[in-house]
Amino acid sequence: MKGLLDQQFENGGVIITRVDDLLNWSRLSSLFPMTFGLACCAIEFMSTGTTVYDMDRFGMAPRATPRQSDLMIVSGTVTFKMADRIRQLYEQMAEPRYVISMGSCSNCGGPYWQHGYHVVKGVDRIVPVDVYVPGCPPRPEALIGGILKLHEKIRNESRVKPTALENLIEKNG
Amino acid sequence: MDSTRLVELIRPVAGNVEEVKNTKPLMLVINAGELVPVCELLFKNPEAYFDMLTCITGVDNGPEANTMEVIYHLYSIPFHQSLMLKVTLPRENPEAESVTTIWKSANWLEREVFDMFGIVFKNHPDLRRILMPADWKGYPLRKDYKHEETYRGIKID
Repeated sequence: MKGLLDQQFENGGVIITRVDDLLNWSRLSSLFPMTFGLACCAIEFMSTGTTVYDMDRFGMAPRATPRQSDLMIVSGTVTFKMADRIRQLYEQMAEPRYVISMGSCSNCGGPYWQHGYHVVKGVDRIVPVDVYVPGCPPRPEALIGGILKLHEKIRNESRVKPTALENLIEKNG
Repeated sequence: MDSTRLVELIRPVAGNVEEVKNTKPLMLVINAGELVPVCELLFKNPEAYFDMLTCITGVDNGPEANTMEVIYHLYSIPFHQSLMLKVTLPRENPEAESVTTIWKSANWLEREVFDMFGIVFKNHPDLRRILMPADWKGYPLRKDYKHEETYRGIKID
């Protein structure tokens, strides 16, 4: 069977879908990560963008500014000196925005977990994190695994107004 | 140049020169007050010509010994020779003379030692923290360093 776009459409053709599905699909198919490397994990992040691992097949192209990106991959050790900058960069990103914490350092402090006076023990103390990728550093396959997990998360998002509370009020009069 | 000739060379400007045995490269212990004249001589003398300062290390010997040390790693490019100079300072208000007037590289190296140990280098053109944030409290590599509870609202543990 031919793919959808290989077929001939007559009279323009119509696709019926839910708004949620369309929005989620378009969001997850063009995640623009911010060019943002803090330590050795950044090397693996760069490697993910090369032809071998080809981040571009997910529609991902690194952007050099937070204003144009919707995904922050915190790749490396988060020091206290950097913490303020990370928070500021996160706040500069337009919503919806997502954060992947890449590697042990940004997950929990990594090798600096006990005596690292200068390391924030987990980037989730500064910004909310969507996906944690374990590893020291994680291979590009692992990062791609994290990106696919994020895809899954975005796919299940909903713009529908939550009605549970209203239903509850109505039920109890 | 062998160690005896080097010691002979700096003897006129240094009141006290002590050679530490079995170190490689050679290590000389001098008085903190005579640091600048000794360095100047080592830099200018055509026999020594230590034209490069590669590293400055700080050492905290702890509250029991109550001393701190600063070690200067010198290198002579034409003679392919290395030398370490060590000065010992008291642990309370440790102060050493800056050697930035002789080697430009001392600027950042001394700032790092200041940042980590709190050793003040007199006559340094721009002595402020280089690695830690400017508003950081304490000197992390001191033996009795206790970190703060939080830094700008983020918990330190």
